[in-house]
Amino acid sequence: MRSRIFFVVMILIAAAIYAIARTYNNEYYFFAIYTVLQYVVLATAWNILGGYTGYVNFGSAAFFAVGAYSSVVLHKLWPDVPVPLLIVVGGAVSGLIGFGMGYLTLRLRGAFFAIATLAMAVVLQTLITNWSFVGGSRGAYVIRPQKVDASLFGDTIANFITTVIATSYLQYLCLVMFVLAVAALTTARAIERSALGYGFATIRDDELAAEASGVPTLKLKLIATTLSGAFMGMAGAPFPYYISFIQPSSAFGLEYAVNSIAMPMIGGTSSWIGPLVGAVLLGSLQQWATVNISSAVGVLLVGVLLVVFVVVAPNGLVGLFKQTFMGKKA
Amino acid sequence: MSAPILEVSGLGKRFGGFVALDGIDLTVNTGERLGLIGPNGSGKSTLVNCICGTLTNETGKVHFDGRNLKGLITHERTRLGMARSFQLPRPFFSMTIADNIRVPLMYAVNARRGSKMSEAEIADQCGEMLRLVGLADRARHFPRDLTQVDMRKLELARAMAVDPKLLIADEAMAGLSGSEVKDIVQLLITLNERGITVILIEHIMSAVMQFSQRLAVLVSGKKIADGKPADVIRDPEVERAYLGQ
Repeated sequence: MRSRIFFVVMILIAAAIYAIARTYNNEYYFFAIYTVLQYVVLATAWNILGGYTGYVNFGSAAFFAVGAYSSVVLHKLWPDVPVPLLIVVGGAVSGLIGFGMGYLTLRLRGAFFAIATLAMAVVLQTLITNWSFVGGSRGAYVIRPQKVDASLFGDTIANFITTVIATSYLQYLCLVMFVLAVAALTTARAIERSALGYGFATIRDDELAAEASGVPTLKLKLIATTLSGAFMGMAGAPFPYYISFIQPSSAFGLEYAVNSIAMPMIGGTSSWIGPLVGAVLLGSLQQWATVNISSAVGVLLVGVLLVVFVVVAPNGLVGLFKQTFMGKKA
Repeated sequence: MSAPILEVSGLGKRFGGFVALDGIDLTVNTGERLGLIGPNGSGKSTLVNCICGTLTNETGKVHFDGRNLKGLITHERTRLGMARSFQLPRPFFSMTIADNIRVPLMYAVNARRGSKMSEAEIADQCGEMLRLVGLADRARHFPRDLTQVDMRKLELARAMAVDPKLLIADEAMAGLSGSEVKDIVQLLITLNERGITVILIEHIMSAVMQFSQRLAVLVSGKKIADGKPADVIRDPEVERAYLGQ
């Protein structure tokens, strides 16, 4: 399937899910869907670097937080900045940091690269904690608008949007995250089927052989770190509006670092569908556990499942499915 | 005599206090079949790594096809038309045999041509390379399904897909049986007949003698002999290096 057709199909699926949620008109559903979609973007972004090139990034939460804090800065400077612009800026800043991280760690591999990403996360968290403009360790309130401002499209369309499509700001954020998730999945899938995807796979398999085959491994690693960082930042950009209060411990939270690794690992890292499956399953399970048991159970669940999958199905659910039903080894 | 495709002059490389290469001079002419031998630790693989850009030489120069390679990293040298196979096969294990061949076509050949090959062209080239090495019927298999000799053939096919002017085969026959060695020697000769200059680094002397038009010998990072194979193996210094005093 061509990327454009895939994009349209994904948009239709997203529209269908959104429409079903709208029929219930329960704000909690949009809250939960937003969280799951946020993880879809994070997991897909992590997989572009960690799954496709084999470079494990432990600093996902930092990229997410940079996206979120970019929005805080913009909101403080210009309170009426629209969310799509926040996403573009958050993605650009995080992408730039991804590029910088890639550049500084070009020669590092395996555990050394992973440790470097962790160190970067610690450095960024320390910087944010000590930056009073964005609230420092005290945190910052970001009051989101009560209604969606769609006046840009004219009165009739604006009226249609605010009364039919998104009657609350949370619904609007959910809609934005749907678009972002579709964009991330379409990009990941397009990469997988392109020369870039083959190049990424050669880096994962054997960098020396890749170079000997004419693959510019350093350049491709920079592309992967930048793209991955940018999507993580985009996932974080609407976060302050979603949560209304942001502090370093929430934006740099362990759950983002752990989930963005665990979801692709549990779903399967070899293709775009793995992170989607992992994020939808784990994200939904965590939401269920939060409502029925406790929010503290979320990370525990992920930890247990991760151990189980590493032992039982190291290629994730997608790998297990292929092996069982298609006789393929992932 | 044809023009040199590879000129190595005064090449030196150290690993700490250990001198791996000590002022190596080596010229390889276009279309030639050169055998490069030497005991373990003599610097053969280090020389290959310096020529291909995997290691950086501290002294000396490498010219390829009239161009100084200083500052060029491995993939840039590959794109100029310098291919190598590895001592231990290093296939891309997550890809099919055909996709292993696609990679150099998409990256090395496209970059040299300055335009993208069409899917049909890539498929044709993949098929041709695999037919050449006798792996056409395994195109959709994965490298883990191959035998040792087929893995070596895949390694050579991937190097050939670079469309090289020079192929460096680093111990392409290690661990193979007599008949398999003959297969690989014949394959290398076929590649040479297609106009590719080939440097063969090998310990199996029967294969080296059958293959080489010229033979160079490295011992302790120095070149001690270079000439016709029959003359070189009778060189007293070469005999001393291999058999002792």
